[in-house]
Amino acid sequence: MPEPSQNFSLTLRVNGAEHRVAVDARTTLLDALRDRLHLTGTKKGCALGQCGACTVLLDGRRVVSCLMLAVMAEGRQVTTIEGLARGDDLHPVQAAFVEHDAFQCGYCTPGQIMSAVGAISEGRTGSDDEIREQMSGNLCRCGAYTNIVAAVRDAAAREG
Amino acid sequence: MQPFTYVPVADAAGAAARALAGAQFIAGGTDMLQLLQENVVQPQELADLNGLGLAGITEEGDGALRLGALTRLQEAADHPLLRERCAVAAEALAASASPMVRHMATLGGNLLQRTRCLYFRDVSTPCNKRQPGSGCSALEGENRHNAILGGSEHCIAVQPSDLPVALVALDAEVLIQGAGGAERWVPVEGFHRLPGDTPEIETVMQDGDIILAIRIPAHATRCRSHYVKVRDRASFAWALCSAAVALRLDGEGRVAELRVAAGGVATKPWRLIRVEQELLGHRLDRDRVRLAAVWASEGAVTRSGNAYKAPLLQHTVERAILELGGLA
Amino acid sequence: MNAIIGQPVSRVDGPAKVTGHATYAAEFSLPGLAYAAMVLATIPRGHVRSIDRRAAEAAPGVLAVMTHEDAPRLPYKQIAQRPQVDAQSGEQLHVLQDDQVRFNGEPVAVVVAETLEQAVHAAELVRVEYARSPAVTIFDAKQGRPPSESNAKAGRVPELGRGDAEGAMAGAPVRVEARYVHPREHHNAIEPHVTIAHWEGENLTLYDKTQWVDNDRKEIAHVFGLEEGNIRVVSPFVGGAFGSALRTWPHVTLAVMAAKRVGRPVRLELTRRQLYMAVGFRPHSEQHLRLGADKDGRLVALQHDVVQQVGRYEEYAETALSPTSHLYQCDNLHARYRLVEMDTNSPCPMRAPGVVTGVLGLEMAMDELAVELGMDPLELRLRNYAEQDQQKGLPWSSKELRACYETAAERFGWARRKPEPRSMREGGTLTGYGMATAIYHSDRSGGSASVALTGNGMAVVRSAASDMGPGTYTSMTQVAAETLGLPVDHVRFELGDTNLPYAPVHGGSITMASLGNAVVAACQAVQGKLASLVRAAQQGPFAGLAEDAVVAREGGLGRADGTGPAVPYAELLRQHNLGWVEAEGSAQPGEETKKYSSAAFGAIFVEVRVDELLGTVRVPRMVGAYDVGRVINPKTARSQCIGGMVGGLGMALEERAEWDARFGKVMNANLAEYLVPVNADVPSLEAIFVPNDDRDFNPLGVKGLAEVAICGVAPAIANAVWHATGRRIRELPITPERLLG
Ligand SMILES: Cc1cc2nc3c(=O)[nH]c(=O)nc-3n(C[C@H](O)[C@H](O)[C@H](O)COP(=O)(O)OP(=O)(O)OC[C@H]3O[C@@H](n4cnc5c(N)ncnc54)[C@H](O)[C@@H]3O)c2cc1C
Ligand code: SF4
Ligand code: FES
Ligand code: FES
Repeated sequence: MPEPSQNFSLTLRVNGAEHRVAVDARTTLLDALRDRLHLTGTKKGCALGQCGACTVLLDGRRVVSCLMLAVMAEGRQVTTIEGLARGDDLHPVQAAFVEHDAFQCGYCTPGQIMSAVGAISEGRTGSDDEIREQMSGNLCRCGAYTNIVAAVRDAAAREG
Repeated sequence: MQPFTYVPVADAAGAAARALAGAQFIAGGTDMLQLLQENVVQPQELADLNGLGLAGITEEGDGALRLGALTRLQEAADHPLLRERCAVAAEALAASASPMVRHMATLGGNLLQRTRCLYFRDVSTPCNKRQPGSGCSALEGENRHNAILGGSEHCIAVQPSDLPVALVALDAEVLIQGAGGAERWVPVEGFHRLPGDTPEIETVMQDGDIILAIRIPAHATRCRSHYVKVRDRASFAWALCSAAVALRLDGEGRVAELRVAAGGVATKPWRLIRVEQELLGHRLDRDRVRLAAVWASEGAVTRSGNAYKAPLLQHTVERAILELGGLA
Repeated sequence: MNAIIGQPVSRVDGPAKVTGHATYAAEFSLPGLAYAAMVLATIPRGHVRSIDRRAAEAAPGVLAVMTHEDAPRLPYKQIAQRPQVDAQSGEQLHVLQDDQVRFNGEPVAVVVAETLEQAVHAAELVRVEYARSPAVTIFDAKQGRPPSESNAKAGRVPELGRGDAEGAMAGAPVRVEARYVHPREHHNAIEPHVTIAHWEGENLTLYDKTQWVDNDRKEIAHVFGLEEGNIRVVSPFVGGAFGSALRTWPHVTLAVMAAKRVGRPVRLELTRRQLYMAVGFRPHSEQHLRLGADKDGRLVALQHDVVQQVGRYEEYAETALSPTSHLYQCDNLHARYRLVEMDTNSPCPMRAPGVVTGVLGLEMAMDELAVELGMDPLELRLRNYAEQDQQKGLPWSSKELRACYETAAERFGWARRKPEPRSMREGGTLTGYGMATAIYHSDRSGGSASVALTGNGMAVVRSAASDMGPGTYTSMTQVAAETLGLPVDHVRFELGDTNLPYAPVHGGSITMASLGNAVVAACQAVQGKLASLVRAAQQGPFAGLAEDAVVAREGGLGRADGTGPAVPYAELLRQHNLGWVEAEGSAQPGEETKKYSSAAFGAIFVEVRVDELLGTVRVPRMVGAYDVGRVINPKTARSQCIGGMVGGLGMALEERAEWDARFGKVMNANLAEYLVPVNADVPSLEAIFVPNDDRDFNPLGVKGLAEVAICGVAPAIANAVWHATGRRIRELPITPERLLG
């Protein structure tokens, strides 16, 4: 068993690549991504799990990265918004967000998209009501909600 | 956030040892991280329970369900055993937090979620629960979220979790392993403590105790059950009030078994015995349910901001029973 | 070429935003970046008795702790003509300049450390002892006083009116009177406020969340006594702001001081809780209305008092009386605006500042009057339709409000409304229909842009504008593309940098009406410049031609007489061995405000479902029709409108700062207890634009739409709740305690 420690040198697996990163035990996965790995696509809105802007996939499941210690993410697969597109080809959810204008300022958008990708793969986008409920952990203060539903519906249909 | 050490633990004994040495546990981290970020707690060490292998839902020989403490809320909400036999729990879980939080949060951690009282989470204000003896700011303050039942002059904080309310309606028990390794069962109804003059003590948990599992007895799985949650917005909010009902009718359509519990309004998940008594042995009809539900707020003590919770509680209980009874 | 203006072009910055590559202020990666955290006062008024910083200074990684004891004394020079976004009188907060505490949450120290975790922790270790003085933390409308003269001069007048309101009211056959309360609200853009300050010798670069880079630079120059030329502000993406990033807040000054102290770039990002204290908010307001009408529903008298809270160290005031002054025809009108001083951080503009408040009271009172008259609420509005701006005595530059009413009512199915309250039940729930009018005055300001035509066929258009979400990047690209005759993907618009030509504030819905015309001018200027070059050349298709013989057409230049082909810009540049050609253009407001009154209009219809037993209100659908002048991009414009509807829904049903007067503090300072709408709250939103093109207001014909989109939504919902339940809830938000109470 590892010894208790305040400082860690971790290997984080993000978007298929391994990154060595030195963190404090206190460092959240969100801060590690943004400030240590400079993967700033994942956004900080509240740092308290209350807005969804920091949503990433952890072993394929959507989580809020602000409520996870970076040390606890070691050995798991983290997928961020930067890991969705293949080169210049947008992921279908990303393309649908652009097409349906499912954002304004764009700050909640990476979190919305990661949440949508998660919801689709979980099979929870069967109806508009279900999409609305499933996307309710991601606040959009610009109020793009109905466009977000249209985008998710569309992307789910294209993927399914 | 004060610096702390982090250590993963591999077995319950090791975990207990760390706890006795001053560590606090972390499971999903969804409440712990909020408390750390707001400087409400200052652990020296966090011992990570995720290696204990306590996740999963199984059926026991007698038909009881056993829910591992490290099971994530979403996994439990989706689990066929729970959805089919304990709808109230699956519904309560599905209405908790957001999908992301549900993927992280554990059942054990949910039982131990700290209050959402505004003063508890703002360290610049007095709060007996956070800082014993400093005073309760909510009594004369912004208390629309606070409890009307089970409070004391020292604290009126709501226990904010949805799941334990459902578990009380299901007559469930918590399996706790003590620091010395001994296991004990505690009914969920007796798990949380009233604040009295020690609001900082919230549960029966002792130093080094670990929650291993939750057990829903077979008789409860034979009830039909239902959860109604009232919140300020359509989703992603803690309950202003909630009602959990488990019901079994006899062959004549009379109430043979009934447990009703309320959340969002009390300092612990609140069993509504009197409401149950009013209905036991009777057929359900709208008037009887409405009159029984009036008893829900018996003993309520209201304050400037939370008086609405008394009628709301009655109505929520009425709605939950009516919906379950097919009368809504 | 097809028209580009008016097309639903997808956002040009969309790919950057959906891939996570758009860079917001916190995300500039600078070598040696250090992190700052603030210590905020915990008393509402008094002074700092002592600060014990030893533990903080000794904490690992700490580079500096700064308090009023050792912060540099800053000149805080006055700006000759205060920008509209600033408080018009009093003094902005002079941060860390003395031991005084003016409100709960005033910064009393800042800590800089190697990592964020270290900075936050060290800030927690700073021990501050305070001496409290009596504080004013209770809003008492009776304490209201008129706004200062400087605010009055800036249009925040203490009174306005016409005719004899008091006399006419006394004689009015039908009267209603009511008081409405609207609590303090917070912008809560999802991106927190954040600044990175980076000194290089005498030069300062700020990566900041701001709606106005040019003013940010000016403010910091005045605070520190620096030359504007030594400061650069960079802000290419703003993660929502809604007014909170119009002015330059104290934390920007702190970041600049801290960076100077440690000699490294410093990032200061506010926590969600700090945002409730460190930037502004929509002030708490109470209003009192009296409406008098004749039996046919014609308004004969209107009295409207608005009282709002204000901070004590500076005076921020709003144009809350403006909608009442001109929304309806009424000969006898009196409106009064008062401010109640409180020990709080200063309020500031939040989407449709003042107007949303005035519209709320007026449109709820109109609904009450309709009930009193037994008249359809829409009919009442039509009977009092203002054919001109009666207060200013000017015609509207354009007004298609009637078309808004008709279109939205039709689309919504208003005719199905049964007039009686509680008369529409569906599935055990009470259904209610409500409507309201929206208005927001249209303004313009001066601004400039530059356009460079390049040899590879691109046009690069630049201006120090901002895009906090409405789509400036996209709509300006369209305007330039159409003017230049180029496809959209051959135009790139750059903004958010003080190195670019001056742009006015990105607020008050003025961006397109102001800067759009500058972009047109810049495009025309560069076309003209290229034309002069090729005319003056020795050879080439246009060599030696007269000035008026060469015109821009089809993405290039051609002969004015239409003979011969148009030659693309890029080809002309090649022919003349030019890498690029660049020109600036600007636009200023003209005489239009002397001749016309201008405003955007809207009509909002909503359906609510009230669960009477539980006291919850849900809004299954809303339909709005808007006259916003010409619509540059219906796709992004629609997004602004539905965003306004969502904001209005929050205002009606969810948003409220839970203010504890004992501490002078917002207690629900997060996003879990200060609720804003979530996706499940808004099943169906429809926004329709009625055709209009307001060339009398400005050459592009646009009026602006960000603000009008939120006006009218909350009163429409409150009116629908009345219709559903028969209960008039006059205090927002309409939460279960109000419906069960
Ligand atoms: C934005 C947001 C919204 C939410 N909304 C809701 C809601 O609507 N309804 C609701 O019910 N909940 C809600 N929650 C709370 C959430 O469900 C709880 O935070 C979560 O269940 C706690 O579980 P955890 O595993 O994350 O606990 P942690 O945060 O890891 O731990 C919480 C506490 O439990 C202790 N602990 C955890 N597991 C054990 C164990 N096995 N034995 C002993 N001690 C243990 C820890 O030491 C700690 O003190 C919300 C949370 C967030 C962030
Ligand atoms: S109610 Fe309890 S938690 Fe809230 S302030 Fe009082 S003591 Fe603290
Ligand atoms: S930043 Fe993680 S949920 Fe808001
Ligand atoms: S697009 Fe701005 S918050 Fe969602």
